[in-house]
Amino acid sequence: MEPLSNKRKVIAFKPLNLLERTYLPEIAKGMAITMKHFFKKDVTIRYPEQKREFSENFRGQHSLKRDEDGKERCTACGLCALSCPAEAITMTAAERQPGEENLYREEKYAAVYEINMLRCIFCGLCEEACPKEAIYLDGDIVPTDFLRKDFIYGKDKLVEPPLNQ
Amino acid sequence: MELLDIGIKFILIVVIFLISLVVAMYSTYAERKLAAFFQDRVGPNRAGPFGMLQPLADGAKMFMKEEIIPTRASGLLFIVGPSLAIMTACIGSAVIPWGQPIQIGSRIIDLQVTDINVGILYIFGVVSLGVYGVMIGGWASNNKYSLLGAIRAASQNISYEVSMGLSIIALLMITGTLSLKEITEQQHGWHWNILKQPLGFIIFMVCSFAETNRSPFDLPECETELVGGYHTEYSSMKLGFYLFAEYINMFISSAVMATLYWGGYNYPGMDWVAAHVGPTIAPLIGVAVMFAKVFSFIFFFMWVRWTIPRFRYDQLMDLGWRTLIPLAIANIVLTGIVMTFFK
Repeated sequence: MEPLSNKRKVIAFKPLNLLERTYLPEIAKGMAITMKHFFKKDVTIRYPEQKREFSENFRGQHSLKRDEDGKERCTACGLCALSCPAEAITMTAAERQPGEENLYREEKYAAVYEINMLRCIFCGLCEEACPKEAIYLDGDIVPTDFLRKDFIYGKDKLVEPPLNQ
Repeated sequence: MELLDIGIKFILIVVIFLISLVVAMYSTYAERKLAAFFQDRVGPNRAGPFGMLQPLADGAKMFMKEEIIPTRASGLLFIVGPSLAIMTACIGSAVIPWGQPIQIGSRIIDLQVTDINVGILYIFGVVSLGVYGVMIGGWASNNKYSLLGAIRAASQNISYEVSMGLSIIALLMITGTLSLKEITEQQHGWHWNILKQPLGFIIFMVCSFAETNRSPFDLPECETELVGGYHTEYSSMKLGFYLFAEYINMFISSAVMATLYWGGYNYPGMDWVAAHVGPTIAPLIGVAVMFAKVFSFIFFFMWVRWTIPRFRYDQLMDLGWRTLIPLAIANIVLTGIVMTFFK
C-alpha cells in the first residue's frame, strides 16, 4: 500500500546496545531539549492585566444603542425576544409622554428590557432581527457573579451611556 | 568560656536549621517556577513580586487546613510518621562542613556543627532512618494505596542504599577517612574527587535520586497508580511535613554530593583570595561557593524531574540490583587496581 506520507518509519524490535542500556545518552538528549525550552519565551497572556484582542465578529455582552442625538433606538417591537432561541429576552413596552422626545426616538419605547445572561447563548439572532439597529452584541465577556438573579441584566446595564454634548 | 562555646554551637545549629528550612521552603517555589520555565509557562506570579511570597501562602494554607485522621488509622503511629520524616531530614545537616573555620575577633569558629570521625556513616544512618517515617505513615494510614506506596519506598530505599554504600567505598579507599571535614580538606586545590571517581559519582547521584524519592524514581508517591502514595490519607501540616521533608532531603543530599565529590567549600584560587581578604571574609566566600554548588545540584534535581519520565517498578529494581550494584563493585575493583599499580 502506498504510504500517506513519507514520514513512515519501519521500526525493528532490536535489543538495546550497551550504550543505550545505560540510558545516559538519551537522558542527555532529553535534558538538552528541556534546557532549550527553559530559555524559550513563554506564550502566556497574563489575563486580568493583559487581554488578548477579540476577533472582529466576537459576540459579547449586549448593548442597547442610542441614535446620533442620544435617543434610545429601541421601540420595544419584540422581534428580538421573538427571534431569541433561548428565550432570554423579555420587555415591557410603554408610550412616550410629551416632553420625553429627547429620550426616545419613537412613540413607543421599552420601559423594561431584560436579558437573562445565563440563558443567552450569544448567537446574535436578536442583532439580526432588530429593524431599528438598536441591539448589538459588541461588549466584553459577561462577568461572573454569585446569584442567578444578578445575571438578569436590566436597562441600567444594557443601555449605552448617554452622549456627552 | 565553656558556656560561650556551647552558645556558639547552639547559634550555629539554629542557623543551619533555619537555613535548611528556608531553602526547603523556597525549593517548593523554585520547583514550581522551574517546572513552568521548562514547560514554557510563567509559574506562580501572584503572591508578591514574581510570586516570591508563594511559599509563605502555601505554608499558611497548610496550617489552616482541616486535619483529618482516618477513624481506622492507628492514632499514635499516624502522628509519628511525618514527625520522624521531618526529624531525620533535619538532623542530617549536622556533619556537613559548610566552610573553613572562620575567625571573628580572636575566636576561631568551626562552621560545622560536629566533626565526628564517622561522618558519612552518620549520614547513611540518618538517611536509612528516613524511610521509617514513610513506612510508619503508610502503614498507620490503614489504606491500601498508602501501604503500597510505603512498601515501594522501603524496598526502593533498601536496594539503592546498597549501591550507594558501595559507591562510597571506592571513594573512601582514596580518601582513607570517613570524616567529611577531612574529605573536604583533601580536595583543596583542584583535587576534587569527581575527577578521580566519575563513575562513583554517577552511581552515587542516581542513588541519591532514589533515596530522596525524586523523579524518575518517585514511585512511592506516583499519582497515576497510587493516588498519593504513602501520604494519601494525610492532610494539613502532616502532609506538609512529608512534602517538606522531601525538599530538605534534597537539600542535604545536594550538600553531601557537593562535599564528597565536588570539593565542598573549595574553589579555584582560594588561597590567593584568603591571603587578600583576611581570615574573616574568606571562609564566608567559601560558604557562598558551597551554597552555589548545593543550589546547582538542587537545580539539577529539578531539571531531571521535569525531563525524565518515571521508571516502571521492575525497571527500577532491575536498574538498582543488576546494573548499579555490579557497576559499583567494578568501580571498587578498578579503584583498587589503580591505587595499587599507579601510586
